[in-house]
Amino acid sequence: MLDSFLIANAVTSGLLLGCLYAIASMGLAVSFGMLDVVNIAHPAMMVLASFLIAVICAASGLDPLLAAVLLAPPFGLLGAGLYRVYYIFFERRGQEAMQGLAFFFGLMIVIEVALILVWGGDQRWVETAYGGHSLNLGPIGLPLRMLFPALMALAAIAVLFVWLRRSFTGRAVAAVAQDREALRFMAINPIRIKTIAFGLSIALAAIAGGCLIVVQPVDAHSGHIYLGRVLAVVILAGLGSLPGTLIAALIFGVIENLTATIFGPAWSPAVAFGLLLVMLAFRPQGMFGGAHG
Amino acid sequence: MTGILARHSFGALASALMLLTSGGTLAQTPSGEPIRIGGSMSLSGGLAGSGRPSQLAQQIWVEDINARGGLLGRPVELIQYDDQSAGANVPGIYTKLIDVDKVDLVISGYGTAIIAPAMPVVMQRGMAFIALLGSGTNEMFRYPLAANISPVGPTMSEDFSKGFFTVAQGLDPVPKTVAIAGLDSDFSNRAMESAREQARLFNIEVVYDRSYPPGTVDFSPIVRSIQSAKPDLVFFASYPPDSVALLKAVQELGLEAQMLGGGMIGPQVTAIKAQLGAQLNNLVTWDVYAPEPTMDFPGTTEFLERYREVAAKQGAETLGLYAPPLAYAQVQVLEQAVTRAGSLEQAAIGAELHKGSFQTVIGELTFDELGEWAEERNLWVQYQGIEGNELEQFKLPGRQVILYPEIYKSGELRTGFPAK
Amino acid sequence: MSRVMYLHIGLVVAAVAMILGLRLLGNEYAWYMGYIILQYVLLAVSWNILAGYAGYVNFGTAAFFAAGAYTTILLGKWLGLDLLLCVLAAGVVSGLLGLGMGWLTLRLRGVYFSIATLSLAVVLQTLVVNWPYAGGSSGVYTLRPQDYLVFGNFSEFLFVLMLVLAFSGIAVAAWIERSRLGLGLTTIRDDERAAAAAGVPTLRLKLAATTISGALMGMAGAPLPYYASYLNPEAAFSLNYTINAMAMTLIGGTQSWVGPVIGAVLLGTLQQGATVTISSAANLLIVGGVMILFVTLAPKGILGLIRARRRKGDRA
Repeated sequence: MLDSFLIANAVTSGLLLGCLYAIASMGLAVSFGMLDVVNIAHPAMMVLASFLIAVICAASGLDPLLAAVLLAPPFGLLGAGLYRVYYIFFERRGQEAMQGLAFFFGLMIVIEVALILVWGGDQRWVETAYGGHSLNLGPIGLPLRMLFPALMALAAIAVLFVWLRRSFTGRAVAAVAQDREALRFMAINPIRIKTIAFGLSIALAAIAGGCLIVVQPVDAHSGHIYLGRVLAVVILAGLGSLPGTLIAALIFGVIENLTATIFGPAWSPAVAFGLLLVMLAFRPQGMFGGAHG
Repeated sequence: MTGILARHSFGALASALMLLTSGGTLAQTPSGEPIRIGGSMSLSGGLAGSGRPSQLAQQIWVEDINARGGLLGRPVELIQYDDQSAGANVPGIYTKLIDVDKVDLVISGYGTAIIAPAMPVVMQRGMAFIALLGSGTNEMFRYPLAANISPVGPTMSEDFSKGFFTVAQGLDPVPKTVAIAGLDSDFSNRAMESAREQARLFNIEVVYDRSYPPGTVDFSPIVRSIQSAKPDLVFFASYPPDSVALLKAVQELGLEAQMLGGGMIGPQVTAIKAQLGAQLNNLVTWDVYAPEPTMDFPGTTEFLERYREVAAKQGAETLGLYAPPLAYAQVQVLEQAVTRAGSLEQAAIGAELHKGSFQTVIGELTFDELGEWAEERNLWVQYQGIEGNELEQFKLPGRQVILYPEIYKSGELRTGFPAK
Repeated sequence: MSRVMYLHIGLVVAAVAMILGLRLLGNEYAWYMGYIILQYVLLAVSWNILAGYAGYVNFGTAAFFAAGAYTTILLGKWLGLDLLLCVLAAGVVSGLLGLGMGWLTLRLRGVYFSIATLSLAVVLQTLVVNWPYAGGSSGVYTLRPQDYLVFGNFSEFLFVLMLVLAFSGIAVAAWIERSRLGLGLTTIRDDERAAAAAGVPTLRLKLAATTISGALMGMAGAPLPYYASYLNPEAAFSLNYTINAMAMTLIGGTQSWVGPVIGAVLLGTLQQGATVTISSAANLLIVGGVMILFVTLAPKGILGLIRARRRKGDRA
């Protein structure tokens, strides 16, 4: 029965889901889209953050979204360190295409297996006071489990956008994406800027990890589910466009849920990835990307 | 009633066995060359959640049997290699066990994907083979020396959900519609097929029927669609991650039905019982064992206590109510078959598997000619009276009330989901 | 005699020696273990055709591999085809898949190709899962014949089949290295724009590479349904195939076919050994960790280390 309420709810829940995809993809949009560092270990780091947040929450009773904010700075530092290693061993040598990619791939595997060795293969979750409750706006139901992470995601993205526009470092980051050499002429060290930017992308992974564990229980392999989706979102948006990433993520979430409602969930993954392949075939720069091909 | 009879005659059988194998004295130390039992087990990868507890249960059995005088008077050694939850590793493992390690007996690992690759190897060498929780693995091979420890029996696609729909007939008014949703995977597909079949037999209309792929994050579209179809019954067939997500979505969106549940793997798992807590109340699900007084077979309580001790130390799941009793039963059957055959001759052992019945911690078992249980023993239980998220309460009777089959029934159906 | 003749004769001699040696050993376990290692040799060598020679990273090895396996299953069900014919068909199917992937994405930068191959795996797996004739998620059983032609038992036949396939793959890779295709690929790897500017038909060469690489991977997967007797999408599309192909090649070295062979034999033997001795929970950790170490500290792999040593030796 496809009444309009069902469709309206599918769209709303798709938007909430899209917000989750947005925060999961935003970090990769920064590292891949702006810095050209293909960090395929990004979803794995998001899952690592989820696990750490679960531990923090179990020990302290803190809300996971709050814990995520606390975890973001250390993750940012971790990201900065990671970029330094990447730069020294790969970017400087001009080997980012293959060895760099393999480095992150290996990192993804190591993180996943380490999670299993330390915490086992079981799922981890966090009990929140608002889990299980819904906000009902007339016929539209908004589960708090999805709503709060969505709001958190939007807040984090808003802060990111403002920082990129207003602060000096932020604008330098936007600039380094466009032209590294020009940056040098301005006596700004592009490597330092890129280090900050990459650290930022990993901090975003921490926030995403917090949102993730509120939405669903997480296990070591959860990263796989998000890897494809996140890459699809970033490419659909077009590399280098952060607002585009948000829009693409929302579209992705809505399409997934609409497909599930109308055609049944069995085809959702194929639709999403099919869209990606089609986009690659006909408009590889994505919806909002510049000529990056 | 078979259950009670089994308990009484088991005592006699047990003492007789002990006398036979120990030559007249009790608690003999076994002597001679060890009998080596080999198999693969998923100690890492996706199936390790059930693989590791199964191994623990079987290691407990090895201690038990060696304390009782061994098998045919000889000590028992269990050799298990990690198949990493990958079927492609299995033929190599069994070839090594049989040809290089020269084991005397073999048992299977956990699950169809691990059992099936081993079949050609063990068949080629004519070894008796007892499998653990396979589904229909012997249908193709038709190997006469095989048995399967799985309560679903040979007719899963028809009879699996018989209990669910039978119990539902006790609702007032009698239900007319059912919504079916499940994971696209072998076990759950069969469960859903049986739900369609049983719905047909009971004249219940199927108003929603969809499967979802693994990796689905948001279940609200499914639950909403079910809601708009307003079914009397809701039947889910899911694995742990999605079972939890489905129940959460059900709670958030306020889905209600006269009866809700189904072939949901998940509530059986300890960590998930803890997660869901009181949300489980009135859920009617499939199970293989429940700690009810009607299911207290000889050795069950002792086994569970021993298992829980060991599991807690090793960091494995601690309730032991799903795979472990079945894994223990798997080696109990092997023990009894070997003892009855009186030797390690594989053909004789295989023949014994199809004769008579076996007393195990999950009750009395008999096998048909393909090695499946002669009678399906799909339990249908309803969670009742769960408060909060503490694990201890799940060990008590009355929390997982058995509604079907009749011989193990231990309580009455409570109508309506969620519980008010 | 030319180097080519040496290579081909060497391969044939090695093959015959291995078969006879294992027959003498009389241990069936060797056939099984050998099959897996040779399968990885073929996967690594074919992965390297794109990665080492052309500089394009394929994250969808599992998709091409599984396509080969499912070709066998489908043709077996539909036409009752013999395994040998299925292997050839699998090569064609996966080759076409490679061609398609290439055409779709190779006009873009390398990283788009990598991401597209990742998506390919998801799309293909969804397709198979929703296709009841292919067994869907329930999987398909494949019964083995007792013996085959002159071979004593079927496992020996499977081993020899994979041996022939792997060595053929090596011969193909070696041919590419010496040919104009290989030369063209090298220029693409070094600087694609310059190559294009110099008139190298970059797209055509890249398409040739993806087709050949895909075809070989498909052939590596074709015998799997017979080897494992039961196959479901989860097993066929396992990420392990992708990870191993990549790790083995990068650890061994990408400059020539020798690298992937070294990597596959070394890592493959280690993994098989670990399976039947110690607990292998840490297995994948070791693979990932060693791969990271190698790309960071020894980016040219073991082959690179050997050659560096030799050069030092020459100078000294």
